[in-house]
Amino acid sequence: MAQLLFGYFAGMIAVTAILVVALRNPVYSALSLLVMFFHVAGLFITLHAEFLAAVQIIVYAGAILVLYLFVVMILNVRQDDRYHSQWRLAGFVCIPLLIETIMLLSAGGKSMNSGDRPRQSEPLDALATDNTRAIGETLFSTYLFPFEVASLVLLVAMIGAIVLAKRDIGGSETKPLTQPAGAE
Amino acid sequence: MTIPISYYLILSAIVFLTGVVGVLIRRNIIAILLSVELMLNATNINFVAFSEYLQDLGGQVFVFFALTVAAAEVAVGLAIIIALQRSKETINVEDFNLLKW
Repeated sequence: MAQLLFGYFAGMIAVTAILVVALRNPVYSALSLLVMFFHVAGLFITLHAEFLAAVQIIVYAGAILVLYLFVVMILNVRQDDRYHSQWRLAGFVCIPLLIETIMLLSAGGKSMNSGDRPRQSEPLDALATDNTRAIGETLFSTYLFPFEVASLVLLVAMIGAIVLAKRDIGGSETKPLTQPAGAE
Repeated sequence: MTIPISYYLILSAIVFLTGVVGVLIRRNIIAILLSVELMLNATNINFVAFSEYLQDLGGQVFVFFALTVAAAEVAVGLAIIIALQRSKETINVEDFNLLKW
């Protein structure tokens, strides 16, 4: 079962990674990258990193890729059939989500009593039971200073993006891209 | 039953090399940034695989930081692309030689 899941996720990750580079239309590249993000999230769940899988879907697929698609739609709009035949893409996105849900539900039932890691189970029990809590405790104790530096990086990136995209602005049609709320 | 760590390393190497090739051969700036995302995801797979293999949560925390840096990189990179497209009306890297000499 584990080999089957790894084979599926790894194969889909490799194929969609090659498709990101091989496809000529940037919209198709971005959509295959979306499929790859969902399969990477599934691979994270098989590696017992449930919090990172959720963050991968929320941040990468929800925020970063939507930003890419906004820019692709703004910059090179050509009249072709890029909006048709989206059922295959929806299937490729929904299949890993379904597998992840099944795995999370099945792992939630059996990790209470026995646990599926036989080696050195007792000192790292927090890693097995509650991934989010363990990551939070590690992040706010050992890695507190890098965490604050990361917030500074995000602040600098936000200011830089606003300054870069706002310079010599002519029309106001692309202004909501980097200033979504409360700009005017 | 369990997957050896070398499989994850091979998968990560494949994805990373695909990203490198994409950065080198694509001519669209947006496709180049997408290839950079591929490379970042390859390192994330590596980090999580080693975090599971060594039973250490530091790898997952570093994936968190890599994700932060990826978000910042995407915001600044896309802002640069929009500024370039405003100034030269194209996003093909062959048309930009401002920093060449």
